[in-house]
Amino acid sequence: MSDLVGILSAGRKPVKELAVISGKGGTGKTSIVASFAALSHSSVLADCDVDAADLHLVLDPRILRRNEFMGGNRARIKSGHCTACGKCEELCRFDAIFFDGPGNGIVEKTFRVDPVICEGCGVCAWFCAEDAIDFGPVVNGEWFLSETRCGPMVHAKLGIAEENSGKLVSTVRTSAKRIAEERQLDLVIIDGSPGIGCPVIASVTGATLVLVVTEPTLSGLHDLERVAELTRHFGIPTLVCVNKWDINPEVCERIEARAREEGLGLAGRVRYDHAVTEAQIRGKAVIEYAQDGCAADVRAVWSVVEARLNGSACPAGEEL
Amino acid sequence: MKIAIASGKGGTGKTTVATNLAWVAARNGRSVAYLDCDVEEPNGHLFLKPEISSSRPIGRLYPAVDEEKCTHCGLCGEICQYSAIICVGEKVLVYPELCHACGGCVLVCAPGAITEVLRESGKLEIGQAGPVRFVHGLLRIGEAMSTHLIHQVKQAAPETDLVIIDSPPGTSCPVIESVRDADYVLLVTEPTPFGLNDLKLAVEMVRTMKLPLGVVINRAGSDDSQTAEYCRMQGIEVLATIPDDRRVAEAYSRGVLASEAMPEIRTRMEQLLARLCGATALCEVRL
Repeated sequence: MSDLVGILSAGRKPVKELAVISGKGGTGKTSIVASFAALSHSSVLADCDVDAADLHLVLDPRILRRNEFMGGNRARIKSGHCTACGKCEELCRFDAIFFDGPGNGIVEKTFRVDPVICEGCGVCAWFCAEDAIDFGPVVNGEWFLSETRCGPMVHAKLGIAEENSGKLVSTVRTSAKRIAEERQLDLVIIDGSPGIGCPVIASVTGATLVLVVTEPTLSGLHDLERVAELTRHFGIPTLVCVNKWDINPEVCERIEARAREEGLGLAGRVRYDHAVTEAQIRGKAVIEYAQDGCAADVRAVWSVVEARLNGSACPAGEEL
Repeated sequence: MKIAIASGKGGTGKTTVATNLAWVAARNGRSVAYLDCDVEEPNGHLFLKPEISSSRPIGRLYPAVDEEKCTHCGLCGEICQYSAIICVGEKVLVYPELCHACGGCVLVCAPGAITEVLRESGKLEIGQAGPVRFVHGLLRIGEAMSTHLIHQVKQAAPETDLVIIDSPPGTSCPVIESVRDADYVLLVTEPTPFGLNDLKLAVEMVRTMKLPLGVVINRAGSDDSQTAEYCRMQGIEVLATIPDDRRVAEAYSRGVLASEAMPEIRTRMEQLLARLCGATALCEVRL
């Protein structure tokens, strides 16, 4: 068996995963990912910002397959069976149970689970003496396999006010990697979400390389420090790119100095340019829309990232 | 009166609106608390520059198993929906990061072998920023779940006439926890395709939660007609429009409150506050 695996994988490089994250929101992750998608000719795109996905607005995917996402269970009180004993409310640690359900033949008011607040732990259903609580799987999102002008794309839509974004991110990543293997593409580009919590952890763990897109503001600096600590915690090589760097060159330099101190590589600077918004309005990646200005900067950043992914020294001569 | 400032998309200006609103309201003589519920990446302190008077660790419960008492019945693993506790043969394995602290395993354990212990998951800081009461949370790095800490930030809110809640971006659990008991939700957006797409998601979220809402259009420039049109069609009030001005971005980059640096922004924030009064019952509270 191991021989067979050896033969099959011989000559085929393992799929690499580049995760683009930011810590702070709105620094330009998705715009940069869209350009990377257009520059890379053999990658699969994975939009892992599942609760506010935007990459589809630029890449205009043609959906080939829709899949339901069942990320967990939820409780529902059958008002006809509830005797209003209050055990469920007493045991619920998430304050998801309210005493305002409709009455029945037994009691005037029953208990009700707020589906938005319910954490899906099932404690209420387990301990309900009347067996009046249904507890079962719910569809809390959808994910899609699509084709775009820049290659295959996997994306998702978490249901409104739903839980388990981490699980949905993992589903998107796993599918993207499988497609890359099937089609012999060597890279998955992950568009991550802001923050450092569960969807971000699910986006970066096990990735080959993380690119942090930040901005030259004190918030950007502060958030970079936290996100760098996160990638160090998980032991993932990390590059930093300062987007809109000319908004504040001095803070940009502080960020780059900080990145070096943290042992992170520098992937370059991208200037502030209205072409980004203009391209977005036209449904294009900025490198498809413009040649110079920030489009040239993004190309330069891509070449650094690509070199790093391929394991060669960075052309800009930055210590990585 | 609690006002939550939220947005689907990150970086639209939630913190700018929240900090400036708190500052302007306090300057106008109201008692105001600012709660930074973006515990993954809190930034409000960079602008309000509070003096922190209390800083304490926040813990999260997870199960600890007394092997002596454990009968390996496996019920704990059965009730746990998060695979945070698993009984394998003669051994019980616990994965603290996966635990949602529902307490189910403790309740089902007949021999009483499971107790809950605390582990540090973040920090809660309380302070004073000029006239503004300040609270924020800092999630420990590597911690996946933040809702418990957000809950603690809100619990620590001092008694004030006005509470400004600075929410994290997105539309999932941490945002729900931040806005759930607000009296009004202010969604900050920017007039770009990404901004509009994420505004729609945020509006859906707030409507699912049955909370009243209004919109602030930030970085408004040559073309914000689509966003304005969407709000009109949806019957959503646009409470303020903040112009796309490089000076605002530069003030932000230096950690300076735009209202302090630019009188015209202060005026806009005062107008926003007045319109919020109109949109909510805030004016009934003592001014």
